[in-house]
Amino acid sequence: MNGAHDLGGMHGFGPVGPEADEPVFHAEWERRAFALTLAMGFTGQWNLDKSRHARETMPPAEYLATSYYEHWLFGLEALMAERGLLEGAPAKLRRLDAGNVEKALKTGGPTERETESAPAFAPGDRVRALNIHPVGHTRLPRYCRGRTGMVERLWGAHVYPDSHAATGDQDPRHLYSVRFAARELWGPSASASDTVMIDLWEPYLERA
Amino acid sequence: MHDHDHEPGALEFRVQALESLLAERGYVDPEAMDRLIETYEHEVGPHNGAQVVARAWTDPAYKARLLSDGSAAIAELGFTGRQGEHMVVVENTPEVHNLVVCTLCSCYPWPVLGLPPVWYKAPPYRARAVIEPRAVLAEFGMEVGDDVEVRVWDSTAEIRYLVLPEQPAGTEGWDAAALAGLVTRDAMIGTGLAAAP
Repeated sequence: MNGAHDLGGMHGFGPVGPEADEPVFHAEWERRAFALTLAMGFTGQWNLDKSRHARETMPPAEYLATSYYEHWLFGLEALMAERGLLEGAPAKLRRLDAGNVEKALKTGGPTERETESAPAFAPGDRVRALNIHPVGHTRLPRYCRGRTGMVERLWGAHVYPDSHAATGDQDPRHLYSVRFAARELWGPSASASDTVMIDLWEPYLERA
Repeated sequence: MHDHDHEPGALEFRVQALESLLAERGYVDPEAMDRLIETYEHEVGPHNGAQVVARAWTDPAYKARLLSDGSAAIAELGFTGRQGEHMVVVENTPEVHNLVVCTLCSCYPWPVLGLPPVWYKAPPYRARAVIEPRAVLAEFGMEVGDDVEVRVWDSTAEIRYLVLPEQPAGTEGWDAAALAGLVTRDAMIGTGLAAAP
């Protein structure tokens, strides 16, 4: 979706403003919102792509006016409401217990999958990012749509976020590291020497 | 926008109420939450990534493995798991300066760097790193020559990037433990260089 989260290339936000000796969390509620989001993720009621999409559905003005963990909290509340987890009798969910935290974090959630389909593109191929505007979740940033780049590397087939967020289907697709010249993306004011590397799934690309 | 949420304490109250409800329903274990917080607040952080970089600087065979299969080489040092399942290490050279961003959210290699700082997750960096990386680098005090390629990595998939900074001059022969002390978080994002000795 063309939401406020898709920030690449926007102007007007001012300086980056790093904070010296920044703490990991700035308030107790941030600690708990972070942990609640991870713990609820382990119940398997939704997946990471669905979580990202839930945060992206925050109205743009609100997204830009709130902090990062407020986005997480918004997403968590939206997903729980959608699953009806706060109404009626409690559901029987898989719960992350204290003794399993370390193992769960160490395992993580790899997204690479076996596939029988051959990749459509090879390193060195020129490809164009499609000019498409999906209304659901996508990981195709607006700033590269319609732009031409070159396939640099293949990362194997990975869970396809667009399908995974919409239906829960992992639908693995080939993933590519695509190199774009900064001038192809931003025009003559960009440096002639600079490049942007973007990880793009096969359905986002066509041969150029 | 819900203005009441911006009053002091409103978010604390909202999150506390949610946690109580979820714990009461048996969905979350507050002790598991404590453990999650402790892990990322006190255990995992840029000191992990610094060990990876220092090892690469002192062990050419390790560096070769790190650049060809980042996940496996980083796992040799015990750093694996969530948000670092597919690690790729990109090397700074006199010709190329690498810079990592996630324009769509805040993807970041947790096992080696911990949780990202606020600026990495906030709109200015996410908006600007791809369109004016040199201006962003200048704000971090870095001047990159016109003959150097600034290569920006937008982490749009589950591949997580770690920058291997150049080893500072004058540290030849140092051991890995001493070198790790020079490797800053920003050097491994690309918004900084390894500290001078």
